[in-house]
Amino acid sequence: MALFNIFNIAGSGMSAESVRLNTVASNLANADSVSGSAATAYKARYPVFQALQASLMSPGAADPATRGADAAVQVSGIVQTTAPGTPHYEPGNPLADANGYVYSSNVNVVEQMADMISASRSYQNNVEVLETSKQLMLDTLKLGS
Amino acid sequence: MSLDLNTYLGVEPDALKVYSQRAEVLAANLANADTPGYQARDIDFQAALAAAGSQGGTLQPVTTSPQDVTAGSSSGGISTEQFLKYRIPLAPSLDGNTVDSQMEESQFAQNTVRFQAILTFLNNRFSELTTAITGGQ
Repeated sequence: MALFNIFNIAGSGMSAESVRLNTVASNLANADSVSGSAATAYKARYPVFQALQASLMSPGAADPATRGADAAVQVSGIVQTTAPGTPHYEPGNPLADANGYVYSSNVNVVEQMADMISASRSYQNNVEVLETSKQLMLDTLKLGS
Repeated sequence: MSLDLNTYLGVEPDALKVYSQRAEVLAANLANADTPGYQARDIDFQAALAAAGSQGGTLQPVTTSPQDVTAGSSSGGISTEQFLKYRIPLAPSLDGNTVDSQMEESQFAQNTVRFQAILTFLNNRFSELTTAITGGQ
């Protein structure tokens, strides 16, 4: 039954969004982390979302026109941004390099907060879909009573 | 006079299947609201219903996986698969995603109301039957 598939689809959406929230939490927590070199400074992480079509894995369904309706979402990986961390002159810091510089993370806090709101709204959307589908299924079960 | 339950219930069970199918398509759109390059889809319900009416056939639910069970498919049935279309985005986004969450939400709500309307119609038919069987006792 198609409504059962919605549980998997919305569930995959919730799981992907929670991974996104996790990366945001990690980025925000490390926003003020410093490191002794530019290479080891904390870099912001982002999940990469990918549509996962179960029917594509079955033979004879490669034609996009005949693709099934089910497209769950999966996190295909976590990427780290490549922007270098900004150097600060802090000779008193125990992590400072020979020239007295420490390197902060490249996390943009404002961007992370916006990302957090976006992820949280998408999560809520998926929960709403799940709730509605559950109610429809329960109504169908009670049919004729 | 015998009563064929399938004929008695009319097009409603088929419509119910297509509505649940459409709910699945819309749920997939919402789940992929943040997936780069994902293209939103929808079932062209009006075209599907018009085709069903003109050919006198019944609507067939689209099968999404090999495990799907198709209920005794009549050969004259129309598949909803051909009515699965890609949405034309109102505003293009840089990452190629064409999902408009607000639009999908409203379509999903609309679909839910229609699904519940069909459920109400079916319930009425069943209570008609119950009245006929019990003689209004």
